[in-house]
Amino acid sequence: MYNKRPDNRKFDELREISAEVSVIPRADGSAMFKIGKTVAIAAVYGPKDLFPRFLRDPKKGILRCNYNMMSFSGSGERIRPGPSRRSKEISFITEKALSPVLDLTDFPGSVVDIFIELIQTDGGTRCAGITAAALALADAGFPMKDLVSAVSIGRIEDKIVVDVSKEEEDYEKGMADIPVAIMPRNGNITLLQMDGLAKPSELKEALKVAKRACEQIYKVQKDALKARYKK
Amino acid sequence: MSIVSNHIVNLLEKDIRMDGRKADEFRDIKIEYGISSKSAEGSARVTIGKTEVVAGVKMEVGTPYPDSPDEGTIIANVELLPLSSPEFESGPPGIESIELARSVVDRGLRESGSLDLKKLLIKKGEKSWTILIDVYSVNDDGNLADAVGLAALAAIKDAKFPKYDEKTEKIDYEQKTKKGIELNGLPMPVTVVKINDKYVIDPSLDEEKAMKSRLTVTSIENGSVCALQKGGNEPLTVEDVDMMVELGVKKAKELRKLFK
Repeated sequence: MYNKRPDNRKFDELREISAEVSVIPRADGSAMFKIGKTVAIAAVYGPKDLFPRFLRDPKKGILRCNYNMMSFSGSGERIRPGPSRRSKEISFITEKALSPVLDLTDFPGSVVDIFIELIQTDGGTRCAGITAAALALADAGFPMKDLVSAVSIGRIEDKIVVDVSKEEEDYEKGMADIPVAIMPRNGNITLLQMDGLAKPSELKEALKVAKRACEQIYKVQKDALKARYKK
Repeated sequence: MSIVSNHIVNLLEKDIRMDGRKADEFRDIKIEYGISSKSAEGSARVTIGKTEVVAGVKMEVGTPYPDSPDEGTIIANVELLPLSSPEFESGPPGIESIELARSVVDRGLRESGSLDLKKLLIKKGEKSWTILIDVYSVNDDGNLADAVGLAALAAIKDAKFPKYDEKTEKIDYEQKTKKGIELNGLPMPVTVVKINDKYVIDPSLDEEKAMKSRLTVTSIENGSVCALQKGGNEPLTVEDVDMMVELGVKKAKELRKLFK
């Protein structure tokens, strides 16, 4: 039985979240997203000509994501700088999570770059990165069908928990970690991964709570975009 | 020369800077400590105007170098992230970031003797602390050199040693002690650029493009210079160097007040 979360949260409770856009003036669009102690920043550059040329798509622009944890942002020893297998995979799935909402048909042959950096981490980094990146794309003014909101759901013993922290990820008796990204307006899923064991019924429950949690994240994202133009 | 650079040069003839600053005036500087306190042993964010960098310190236990068995090690790394400017590219650190890491952090901190490496020793010839400083640019609006130097220093000041068990030889990163890294002084970097025959500190991005030579002057409390790095394609005269060093040392005294 998993009766109490280490930080006393309810099982369906998110950590404190906040968002801000246009945090990097040099970029075409940028955003910061904090969830608990996990802090992600994202910057968008483009559209610009893509090189080498054979990578170009003559029908539309392509999206290129780069996820990176700063060397000091992990728990334990310093992370060696440069791409790792993990960061490459996360970059790739981030592209897949964002592409469905982004319409780049107006920019054939070009590339849009998104750089995601984690300054501090406490679980849920790929989800925080995706949420920040979606905001940065909107801040840059790209035509988008929707935003993308992401959260990591956990199955710990008999409970489904929302927004897994690092301490919960390392739960000694094992757990299932299920990062989910959702298009909030129609509820479609653009990222789904799982690490661990869960019954199909638990998975169903996880997706249900993910949708509710993403609705809360979506609200914070929208408020951040509106705040940009309120001044 | 671009229109903007031309404009900067023409205005400077009348002793006017594009953003209205005086020649020896910094933009607003802010230092925020502990921005990654969950993960890093020490961390800080420094903004100079719209230029922003973050720095973090990690500590590990390693073996001292054979030629200095009673000293610990300090390693600095600077990354000019493509996130921070359309002019920076992905990939391993380029020459600009290596120059920054070596000139501002390595020479400024280690060679100045401000950080006493002997205090990092655990057991002679066998064990000592290694201090790893990583500095990242977040937004480049000019004068990354000074921002990097200040951020590295702030992160070191913020750092606390994690608990180290000498028997099991393991570090418990979850538990920080109260012990910080002792500093004998605060080496302050001030970058002075020469545009035509005018000297200007804390160059903005546009001013960096208009300048032909620069000198980063790092100095310590008593006014001694502990590191110099000349940049740009044009030479400096002896008189230039005199003036620039004088300006750098004077402004360093003001910068130091930010750390008190």
